[in-house]
Amino acid sequence: MTVIQPSAVDLAIAASLILFDAAISAFLGLRLQGQLLWAALRMVVQLLLVGLVLRWVFALASPAATLAVVVLMIAAAAREVAMRPAHGLRGWPGMWLATASVGLSSIATVLLALFTVLQPTPWHDPRYAIPLIGIVLGNVLNSASLGLDTFYGGVMNARAAIEAQLVLGATRNEALAPLVRDSIRKGMIPIINQMSAAGIITLPGIMTGQILAGMDPMDAVRYQILLMFLLAGGSGISATGAVYLAARSITDERHRLRLERLVHRK
Amino acid sequence: MATTSAAAPPRLQVEALHSTLAGPFSFSLDAGECLAISGPSGSGKSLLLRMICELDPCSGTAALDGVPRASMSAPAWRAKVVYQPAEAAWWAPTAAAHFKPEQMARVQALLPQLHLSPALLETDIQRLSTGERQRMALVRSLACAPRVLLLDEPTAALDPEATAAVEQLLRTELAAGLALILVTHSEAQAQMLGRRRMRMQDRRLQAMQESAL
Repeated sequence: MTVIQPSAVDLAIAASLILFDAAISAFLGLRLQGQLLWAALRMVVQLLLVGLVLRWVFALASPAATLAVVVLMIAAAAREVAMRPAHGLRGWPGMWLATASVGLSSIATVLLALFTVLQPTPWHDPRYAIPLIGIVLGNVLNSASLGLDTFYGGVMNARAAIEAQLVLGATRNEALAPLVRDSIRKGMIPIINQMSAAGIITLPGIMTGQILAGMDPMDAVRYQILLMFLLAGGSGISATGAVYLAARSITDERHRLRLERLVHRK
Repeated sequence: MATTSAAAPPRLQVEALHSTLAGPFSFSLDAGECLAISGPSGSGKSLLLRMICELDPCSGTAALDGVPRASMSAPAWRAKVVYQPAEAAWWAPTAAAHFKPEQMARVQALLPQLHLSPALLETDIQRLSTGERQRMALVRSLACAPRVLLLDEPTAALDPEATAAVEQLLRTELAAGLALILVTHSEAQAQMLGRRRMRMQDRRLQAMQESAL
């Protein structure tokens, strides 16, 4: 089977669909045209830039350059986790919490894959390390922000009930346990859904891409299964880590709620 | 009534307790003693109670029977110095789920004294009336067997009959050695229960006349 490379003209034809969407928006008065065109333009520019950067980093094959890209990606994901939920920790603690949970979970799962499963030479080959960390980050970011959003929102709503337990002598762990469990569960639901739906309701993006790029379907499936396991592991670690760190951060050593450390956005 | 020798430390000793919001507060309370605190809304009565049970960050010292608060874990302190807010919150679907198995004997003994039916234990907590919930909260607080009880307007939602039952129960507990700090708007209640009375004004406490029991 030969791989069909989409040319610039092919992409332009596909782009006409964006114009079609914009026409619908204008016709129905959805007022989405501006956002839609801007998002499409951003997507094209961002992906072209990433393509250039990746080509350059792959050619360099330097561990330092790979590490720099990985650190940048983790920082960007951590910033999303720290900033996206409606409530967050004030200042640097929020950023540290996000970096720790997202960074540790993604690095741990990717290292596991590189050292035991894929074993590229060298192990830090950017062609493997960077795409892997990218897809894992996308998932752990989602899990950590869902977990944190549930946790902070729950603490604000259940403040009286949590303090009612504390005043009767409960420890902070006892008083927060149900909410911690709920929040971690929320963070892990997307990956569970993704695994149950894989292949039946959706054809996962990576697998589709590899099949389109000419890979044998069974080989593509094997890669997808591997990735799903990595994503599930990363999600579990990041949701658990983020929610436990958050529970420590909004209480103190005298077992009381310190909600003044939270900031409400929007 | 518990009598204390000159050497015995007071049940609760509070020394220069203050935060950026209220204080400083200094007083001591003996076992079996009730301190009634009155004062306008927002004057800092609840803040004082939250500081005593260390639910709000504060400076100063507090001691229970001579043992400093700082030497105990906060949960251990709060299990002995129990604070009951004006509107008690519930975290489980039924009242029964809020009690530990070893508390149930005490709970069963307390319910009739507050005119509460044992069936209410298994009723959805949201279906209890405000007054029933308020009395159930007192059962919940007393079931912890506190040495000091900090009550914030415990009869605000109660009819006269239920109020009398609560006051009677508190008298019994005081006679058994409980130390009580009672925030109340009711002059009659303050006079009946409080051997010592203080008034909170602008986040400061002032002693009022001491009436003999």
